[in-house]
Amino acid sequence: MLSDALLLQLGYNASLVAIGATLLGVSAGVTGTFLFLRKRALVSDAISHATLPGVCLAFMLMVAFGGDGRNLVGLLLGSAVSAWIGLLCLNWLTRNTRLAEDAAIGSVLSVFFGLGIVLLTVIQTMGVGRQAGLEGFLLGSTAGMLWADAVVIAIGGASTLALILLMRRPMTLVAFDPEYAAARGLPVDRIDLAMMGLVMAVTVVGLKIVGLILIVALLIIPPVTARFWTERSDRVVLLGGIVGGLSGYLGAALSASAPNLPTGPIIVLVSFGFFAISLFLAPNRGVLAAILRHFRFQRRVHLRQGLLALAQGQPIYERLTLRLLTRAGLARADGVATEAGKARAAKALRDEKRWEVIRSDQTHEAAAALYDGLRDIETVLTKDQIVEIDHQIGGPQGVPA
Amino acid sequence: MSGEEFVPLSLTPLLIGIFAAVACALPGNFLVLRRQALIGDAISHVVLPGIVVAFLLTGAISAWPMMLGAAGAAVIAVILIEAIRRLGKIEPGAAMGVVFTTMFAGGVLLLEQTDTSTVHLDVEHALYGNLESLIWLDATGWSSVLDLEALAGLPVELPRMALTLVLVIAFTWLFWRPLKLSTFDEGFARTVGIRTNLLGLALVVIAAIAAVAAFDAVGSIIVIAMFICPPAAARMMTNQLEHQIGWSVGFAIASAVSGYVLAGYGPLWLGAQDAVSAAGMIATMSGVILALTAVFGPCRTRAGAPVQA
Repeated sequence: MLSDALLLQLGYNASLVAIGATLLGVSAGVTGTFLFLRKRALVSDAISHATLPGVCLAFMLMVAFGGDGRNLVGLLLGSAVSAWIGLLCLNWLTRNTRLAEDAAIGSVLSVFFGLGIVLLTVIQTMGVGRQAGLEGFLLGSTAGMLWADAVVIAIGGASTLALILLMRRPMTLVAFDPEYAAARGLPVDRIDLAMMGLVMAVTVVGLKIVGLILIVALLIIPPVTARFWTERSDRVVLLGGIVGGLSGYLGAALSASAPNLPTGPIIVLVSFGFFAISLFLAPNRGVLAAILRHFRFQRRVHLRQGLLALAQGQPIYERLTLRLLTRAGLARADGVATEAGKARAAKALRDEKRWEVIRSDQTHEAAAALYDGLRDIETVLTKDQIVEIDHQIGGPQGVPA
Repeated sequence: MSGEEFVPLSLTPLLIGIFAAVACALPGNFLVLRRQALIGDAISHVVLPGIVVAFLLTGAISAWPMMLGAAGAAVIAVILIEAIRRLGKIEPGAAMGVVFTTMFAGGVLLLEQTDTSTVHLDVEHALYGNLESLIWLDATGWSSVLDLEALAGLPVELPRMALTLVLVIAFTWLFWRPLKLSTFDEGFARTVGIRTNLLGLALVVIAAIAAVAAFDAVGSIIVIAMFICPPAAARMMTNQLEHQIGWSVGFAIASAVSGYVLAGYGPLWLGAQDAVSAAGMIATMSGVILALTAVFGPCRTRAGAPVQA
């Protein structure tokens, strides 16, 4: 059943939804990356909630002019207008008043959503039939998707992607260093607004599939996931798009494979699955990598302290240190150094003395700043410099010739 | 309007609306000042999986398990946000976005998977609440307020909300100084021996309790609006925390009353037949108040911001 769904064999509607969700996921993942890098991820929450009054007003207008009221293009236009107004309110509040961005986001979100709910109840009492579809915009409803709806979503997603491709350089610059961008003469405010406009476009396109409450997830989770795997912004964008697209595709296929699996939430949960995997398994930034790094560091510290103890003839009580030394063949189980261990220990002690010389000498200030007790001195100084320092230290003293 | 009509139909919803608004606005003041305003947003989203799980475990719609479930979900969400923020080194906003959307999606999925057709549990209810239906059928007029028999028939939401409000006020009053100190200067608060992490967590828990209690009665949309809009509007009016709290309570009450009245009677004045959603209207009115203060408030600009010609 699932394999059928994955291969788009479950019939016309399911395939339509899967393709639409994939396109939506890609454009949301790519757009969301800039939002995330700009540290304004939750602005999308305000934008998506602000679409509701527009949807309702558009419905009422279309009914008032004798239309069907459920024309997707009309509803999406309405939602775009009110999301844009919400965005302008948000920008105005953060720029012209003392409110921080989070308070502005929260107020725009709740007020617009509240107004939308008022309008929804008005529509319910208007007594026109066929108003039921509007609640679908809250959580998305893909059951009755038409070919025309899918075309709207596909065109919307594709044009969003094209716009991002055009604007990616300035948007990256603004996301990383707005002051520098402003100094370069870029209109930072307008680029920010354009970025938000793209977010709004994705939100509007996604209303039908995942609904306005969960579209935020598609804008936030894929970029955060992608960020775990790479430090380069262009790759984050690419990976964000891939993760978003995969989540959309897999989610839509999964939800088509069994009854009672709503598309929007499944897509969100699939993308969270990608996120959880990345959180634990990603190289460098993942939790597992951090744990391994910690253990490696611990081993180095123990080994170093053990060698110094051996060199100074002190007994080693710490079990982990002793185990590490014996495993490396530097000491026997009773804590007595082997030949190799004696050599390494003498080297360690000598390096410590060399560091001491460097750190007391002003001319080596830059090198001395790198001292952390673990760094090999050869990585900081040249051979000549080390010879010179050894000269200062002199040979072994107090040893009868 | 006469007492015979007002007391049974409007008094209790109005009081519940006011209590809920004030109970959310009080902790909201600190959340807004600490730039944690969106915690309220996150909490109100994760309430849904909480009540669905509670419903699945108990198999019945009853108040206490659901409130416990919601509160548990709120605490889990806060812990998860913090864990993801620290483990993944992700900025708090994005961490919040990951957690609450996922938990909300999980809640919707659970709801779809279980058969709730026999009970009144759906997403719309969680969003808008049912303020209008909390009527007091046993009342006959103002005299019923002193009539013990009629008082027994009060909707349970009213005493519960009142209790929550008392708890929130007590918390704010007891921890006033540490709260104020740690909100404005966390470093200093720590040096004088205040355990700021614990206090911060306590504030979030109190906010969660207020949110869960209010959500049960009035839906999550009011909760978000009341956490943020009245305190934000109050912030435009004054530079003093004491005054700000006063203003925010005033604004919360004003939006609750005006919103309820407009929702109930506004459409009638315009010639329509039916009332509109009171919860949505209260949120809208709080937005109107915020807009007014943002344009005219005496302290609306940032301190030290250049005056624009």
